[in-house]
Amino acid sequence: MYMFKYVLKRIGLMIMTFCIIMLMCFVLIKLLPIPINVGLGVDKELVEANLRARGYYDPIMVQLFSYLKRIFTEGDFGIGVNMPGYVNQPVLDAFLTRLPPTVLINVYATIIGVPIGLGLGILAALKKNKWQDHTISTLVILLISVPSIVYAFLIQYIFCFRLQWFPLMMETGTDYFSWEMFRSMLPAVFSLCLGSIAGYARYTRAELTEVLTSEFMLLARTKGLTRGQATVRHALRNSMVPIFPMILSEFVAVLSGSMIIENIFSIPGVGMLYLTSIQVVDYDFFLLLSGFYTLVGLLAGIIVDISYGFIDPRIRMGAK
Amino acid sequence: MENKAYANIPKEKFNFVKGRDRSHDAKLETKARSYMRDAFSRFCKNKASVVGAVIIIALVLFAIIAPFCTPYTAAYNDTYFRFTLPKNELFAQTNFWDGCSAESMNKQSFDYYYYMGEETGHNAVKNQQYQKRGSLYSFRLDSYHKTGCIYYNAEEWEYELIQQYQDETNIQVIYPTVSLSDRPSSASTRNDANYYYKTQSRAGGTEIVYDANGDIIPVYASHPVGEEGKDGYHSIRVEGDGEGGVEYEYARRTDTGYEIRINYYEYYIFYHSYYLKDGITQPSFLFGTTSLGQDVLTCLASGARFSFLFAIAVAVVNLLFGAIYGAIEGYYGGKVDLVMERVSDILAAVPSVIVITLLQLHLQNAGSVVVLFIAFFLTGWIGMASTTRMQFYRYKNQEYVLAARTLGARDRRIMFKHIFPNALGTLVTSCALIIPSMIYSEVNLSYLGIINLSSGNLTSVGTLLAGGQPYLTTFPHIIAFPSVFLALLMLSFNLFGNGLRDAFNPSLRGTED
Repeated sequence: MYMFKYVLKRIGLMIMTFCIIMLMCFVLIKLLPIPINVGLGVDKELVEANLRARGYYDPIMVQLFSYLKRIFTEGDFGIGVNMPGYVNQPVLDAFLTRLPPTVLINVYATIIGVPIGLGLGILAALKKNKWQDHTISTLVILLISVPSIVYAFLIQYIFCFRLQWFPLMMETGTDYFSWEMFRSMLPAVFSLCLGSIAGYARYTRAELTEVLTSEFMLLARTKGLTRGQATVRHALRNSMVPIFPMILSEFVAVLSGSMIIENIFSIPGVGMLYLTSIQVVDYDFFLLLSGFYTLVGLLAGIIVDISYGFIDPRIRMGAK
Repeated sequence: MENKAYANIPKEKFNFVKGRDRSHDAKLETKARSYMRDAFSRFCKNKASVVGAVIIIALVLFAIIAPFCTPYTAAYNDTYFRFTLPKNELFAQTNFWDGCSAESMNKQSFDYYYYMGEETGHNAVKNQQYQKRGSLYSFRLDSYHKTGCIYYNAEEWEYELIQQYQDETNIQVIYPTVSLSDRPSSASTRNDANYYYKTQSRAGGTEIVYDANGDIIPVYASHPVGEEGKDGYHSIRVEGDGEGGVEYEYARRTDTGYEIRINYYEYYIFYHSYYLKDGITQPSFLFGTTSLGQDVLTCLASGARFSFLFAIAVAVVNLLFGAIYGAIEGYYGGKVDLVMERVSDILAAVPSVIVITLLQLHLQNAGSVVVLFIAFFLTGWIGMASTTRMQFYRYKNQEYVLAARTLGARDRRIMFKHIFPNALGTLVTSCALIIPSMIYSEVNLSYLGIINLSSGNLTSVGTLLAGGQPYLTTFPHIIAFPSVFLALLMLSFNLFGNGLRDAFNPSLRGTED
């Protein structure tokens, strides 16, 4: 019951924060003049009339009301005004077509990154203060410190250009599950997951070494378990408690951090869409995508806190 | 018990306590170590952090000193020296860092570069050395000389000035020109001044015509000896001029002046050392040049200098504001804390991209530096505030604080004299960790083009990266140096910050000894 209350409170707070942020964004955006870039052979007055019909020139509070009404009754987040390729198209549709590449790359990065990261961390913890541990620790420091933009360039230059193992850019098209597409995504996936591999490895090592020195491990050995059995059955399970939420939140957080990777490997994902919406100043796109990124950030934070309580019975958060 | 009722104890029965060596307030023999000194000595024991600190100092020195050591500025650019490769004069005769690239070409393309050097002595083919393998020629192509000659429209005064320079230094800048009818006929090579010999057009380009010996046939514009040329040229002449009864012409009269054929390398030296006198003696770029012809070294150094200055300024402002905010939150607690926490929660949840975009749209008249500063301030102080707040929660109920209050100290005094110094170590550490993250996000934002910091003498490492990215496969040096800089910076700051954190952590005290 404590847990339930705690979760409710956190979610309530999150929704409140989200609403305030979006409200501020909405007002700040609507205070700006409306930029209309009229293409060739398009009547400017026509475009203006179109926007006027959609309520762009109403008072801000009226606009806010109708914006919310449209979202909740029709699922309509507005139309693209300046967005190349999406002019007069529903914003939500454009967003949904751009979502799969971003999500897929994150899923692949997690699938590849988690086993490697955990493996390295476990190895380092078991061989503590031996050469394996030192090598892994050095590697981890390197991978954590060097920014992803640098190893994205490095991967692109060495593996895509010099060795030609992968194409330089992501394949176009929407056939996301073909082998060719997967291969062309791999450089981006690697650049994305190197940092999280290092993060997982460092965290796992720290947690596991702590658990390995605790007293119940001694008990497990005394009652006759081999070192392997004790490690797998007792130490690993216990050390996974804080690691699992970290994986979840890392997955969510990476979703917002891949803007640079998407730019380097020209992946037609949400990040690219967001960047373009900023460059061409398209307010409806900007609002929707800002909402998306804000939500992603908030979720990443809340997931850790809540799942701690669910996974580990020792932690009773919210209990007075 | 027998009662020995001494009337008085004789004096000699007494002796001084001091003499029995039971003094408890002996003066401390060892020297007291202050918190900071202790942290410093522990920091020095951590080798990795010291290395990190040394690298940071080196990078800072690079950012400060490098712009003074090169004659170039970030605003300098020369379109003819685009994509020149890194060159160090000390390595000029080796095959490394010499500004040359290994090339392999067929005879026509090779001869194009080879005969540049034959005419002017500025060898596009390094030392005119090559190896022939089958139909291909392998050689090192000098990126500083491969521009060769260009046609240049000079006004009368400049034409005279170049001739004056030639007379003074005895260096040939102007070479004999080629009359319009003898120039290549295909549009793409029509204005290529390196075809000073006979050519014929061919599908897809221009072909060199050779004589019976396989040599080129020069087609300089000329007039018979003794006749007055129309070029108004009176300076030194190239070798072989005047032979065979003809004199070469060095210019072609146009409506506005003269169209002359100049060797660009020599013209560059003339232009900078003789005309502008801006300290540039010859083109030589340690880190090469960008796609716009800017010097990578200068751009990197000035970008780094901006990054450092900016990050430190933001960190200081954030530290001040965050510390005060966090102190108030932590000290008063309760409702004040709740409200203030909500405010910082909300601000922390806004992605910085949104803040910057909105600020940029609203403050279009303010410079991007101001926008970036405000944005980083708005989102950056929260970390500092929460660190301070935590420390305040930890210390505010300790006995010594109570004692201070009992003695009548005001809130402000307790906060900043008694509690705040405890938080200093953590704050210093978070400062050391926030500076690289600030630099990194500044680089990211300018790389993504969300904010444009390059104007005039100002540039950013991110802009440099973005500009070099399309040429990653052809000219990796443009991106390599900024990337190495960034990687080194992040690595050293991380090592430094980790060391600092351990040094300031009292719970780790004495564990290493």
